[in-house]
Amino acid sequence: MKLEGKRKIWNEYQKEIADDKYFYVRSCIRQAVFPGSENTYLRIMRDVLKKDVHESAHHTTCTGIGYHTEVVPFETIQTVVARNFALMREAGYENYTPSCVTSFGIYTEVLDTWHHFPEERKRTAEYLKKATQRDFQEPGNMAHTSDIIYKFRHQIAEKSKYKLINKATGLPLKVVDHIGCHYAKMFPAKGIGGAEHPHVLAGLIEAFGGEVIDYPERRHCCGFGFRQYFIKANRGYSIAASKKKFESMEPYQPDLILTNCPGCNFFMDRWQYALAEMEGKTYDTKGNGIPVLAYEELAGLMLGFDPWEMGLQMHQVGIETLMDKIGIPYNLNEKYKGAKGEDLGVPESPRNINFYK
Amino acid sequence: MIDFGFTPFAAGVTDLDKANLSLAKQITEHEPSFNLCISCGSCSATCTAGQFTKFSFRVMCHQIRKGNTTLAIEEASKCMLCGKCTLICPRNVNTRNIIRLVRKAQTTTP
Amino acid sequence: MTKTVAIIGGGVAGLETAKQLNSLGYSVKLFEKSNTLGGHVAKWDRLFPNKRHASEVVSSLTLSQGNTQTLVGTTVSSIKRQHGNFIISANSNNHEADAVVLATGFELFPAEKKEEYGYGLFENVITSADLEQMFIKHGKPAMASGHKPVRIAFIHCVGSRDEKVNRPYCSKVCCVTAVKQAIEVKEAIPNCEVFCFYMDLRMFGPGYEDLYKEAQSKGVTFIRGRLSESSEIEGGRVQIKAEDTLASTPLKMSVDIVVLMVGMSPQLDTSKLAADLGLSLNADGFIAATDLHTNPTETTTKGVFVTGACTGPNNITDTVNAAKATALDVHNYLSR
Repeated sequence: MKLEGKRKIWNEYQKEIADDKYFYVRSCIRQAVFPGSENTYLRIMRDVLKKDVHESAHHTTCTGIGYHTEVVPFETIQTVVARNFALMREAGYENYTPSCVTSFGIYTEVLDTWHHFPEERKRTAEYLKKATQRDFQEPGNMAHTSDIIYKFRHQIAEKSKYKLINKATGLPLKVVDHIGCHYAKMFPAKGIGGAEHPHVLAGLIEAFGGEVIDYPERRHCCGFGFRQYFIKANRGYSIAASKKKFESMEPYQPDLILTNCPGCNFFMDRWQYALAEMEGKTYDTKGNGIPVLAYEELAGLMLGFDPWEMGLQMHQVGIETLMDKIGIPYNLNEKYKGAKGEDLGVPESPRNINFYK
Repeated sequence: MIDFGFTPFAAGVTDLDKANLSLAKQITEHEPSFNLCISCGSCSATCTAGQFTKFSFRVMCHQIRKGNTTLAIEEASKCMLCGKCTLICPRNVNTRNIIRLVRKAQTTTP
Repeated sequence: MTKTVAIIGGGVAGLETAKQLNSLGYSVKLFEKSNTLGGHVAKWDRLFPNKRHASEVVSSLTLSQGNTQTLVGTTVSSIKRQHGNFIISANSNNHEADAVVLATGFELFPAEKKEEYGYGLFENVITSADLEQMFIKHGKPAMASGHKPVRIAFIHCVGSRDEKVNRPYCSKVCCVTAVKQAIEVKEAIPNCEVFCFYMDLRMFGPGYEDLYKEAQSKGVTFIRGRLSESSEIEGGRVQIKAEDTLASTPLKMSVDIVVLMVGMSPQLDTSKLAADLGLSLNADGFIAATDLHTNPTETTTKGVFVTGACTGPNNITDTVNAAKATALDVHNYLSR
């Protein structure tokens, strides 16, 4: 690999990202599956970077999942998008930052549609007015939240307590990045580093001192694919896509899979469990599986946030192996305690993938 | 193992790192014109057997080159050895000998 | 008084035009921006269809120049019309001429624009031009590590027939070049497996189809499908993916070297000179002649002629023929 070639591509695909005053919209999947993840993002932004991040309790799903499963029509999703944009302007913000990559793709697609087909925008404005009495304006700047973490990666790394370095050997940990398809594959110019060789997560890995591992199926979809997962008869198709990725990364023995899309974070994690239980195989050498983290979870971990406060126990593949390699202390007795210290009960142990380290 | 009600789909990709190309090698050795096909389809178009079955000499050769030996051997049994394909082939591929070699492989392949 | 013709470009087209005009008694000034004559052909090892050494063609052209004044290392920055004549500015000197011939040729498609193929990223992804350099220097290809390759894939149509990179046209010569190089690899390393990924094999010239059949006989495997992406795997090898369109299945394999058959792209400098002279470009960005069929050498600007690959992708034979035709048209124009 010639790194200078990659750097050239990375420099070509850069985009403007706002510096402060963000309007934040949550992800359906991230909230439901990794509820501590978005909280970690807000902690980093507000407490560590001292940024103004505003949330509205009135914002809704972008309906992207419904749209991609052919349940929600295009007119509807445009109107929902316009409503969320209206909420942002009403709150006095113009920098839109969605947490979900599917949403980021939806917003980008809708903005592009309005740019090329102004009549669609006009009709959407009429629908929104009729339905909610609201007017909207496009965002001044839009970036995915992984773009925001990328922008401040050096600042975050400076304030971090830990690095992606193996404590025992002193060597960088091997990390594979997995970018959500809708981050840049539809609109390469909207992704940092473009669609083929994105830098948005690779840059974060570098900033934390890790080694970025490029493996043959890096660009392959995690397999979520909307209808492919939601319809059970198709689910074998979904898991086969993830399996293809795991098989391809296995020879490199990565220490961590880093994601920016909530769906990918979910499937790269859960399908390791399902594959272990179906076929008796894990893709590391010790039967633990390969830990999977989102960019904000990794940043929080590096900054020294408590792993259980961040909700890392919600991951099916234990994060302990990674924490042990880096030398991050954690208290196993706290793993299954609620926010007020109440006992949440220990989940049943799977048979073919180690639950604890 | 747990039954989830679904299992990973098998890959439908031709993987030339894993494909068994022994039959292709064997045929090329005994009938070098096997390599000269340009996939024009004349053989399949004129084929007597192809009028009544799904048999295609062109596809069969292609399957052999991709390591799908079992499928190719099954296909070769449909040929009636009439010789029309040998007559028409613009590259002078000895199609008859190729069929013969595939059938021979059938009797020697366990 | 002897009339002067300025020829811009010292490749095959410019050299042949210069040679002809010289023998017709004109004073010829040949401007070449690089330090050597022969253009792309001078960087090639052997030529299709007969595997003749390219240096023979270049030296035959350069040795028959007679009184041509060759100005190498000389970049033409502008050409202006003045009282029916032309003022050519090059390396801060002005030259006068009665007629101008643009023989600026092409540039190789910058392969790194096909990001998914990994040129400039993966050390064993090379171009057809890189492979020629390997043949010139070592007589055979080698991996970046120095290891002998046992599997090589040629990828046709890189920067040709591809609207994604704004090159919708066919570059004509890459198909037969790939077939020629595939045979050369087989000859240099007999146990090396060689694959050609093609969409159509456009074997239009004399001896080309024979070359294709020779490649087949030597065991080169032809797979009909365009490469979708390549990825680096262990040992610097490359995993490639394509559809085997004849079998209708996706296909993947790993190889030691990927050779990208880069097409011919319009020269950026030429477009600037064309704008100076008020010439129009065709849809592909090459210089347009006044009549594609009956007048392929004259341009809409009187006294300015075009020849060779600056009008579109061309092989050596057709370029030499075009150069001869251009010389005759220049002669007719100047003796009017």
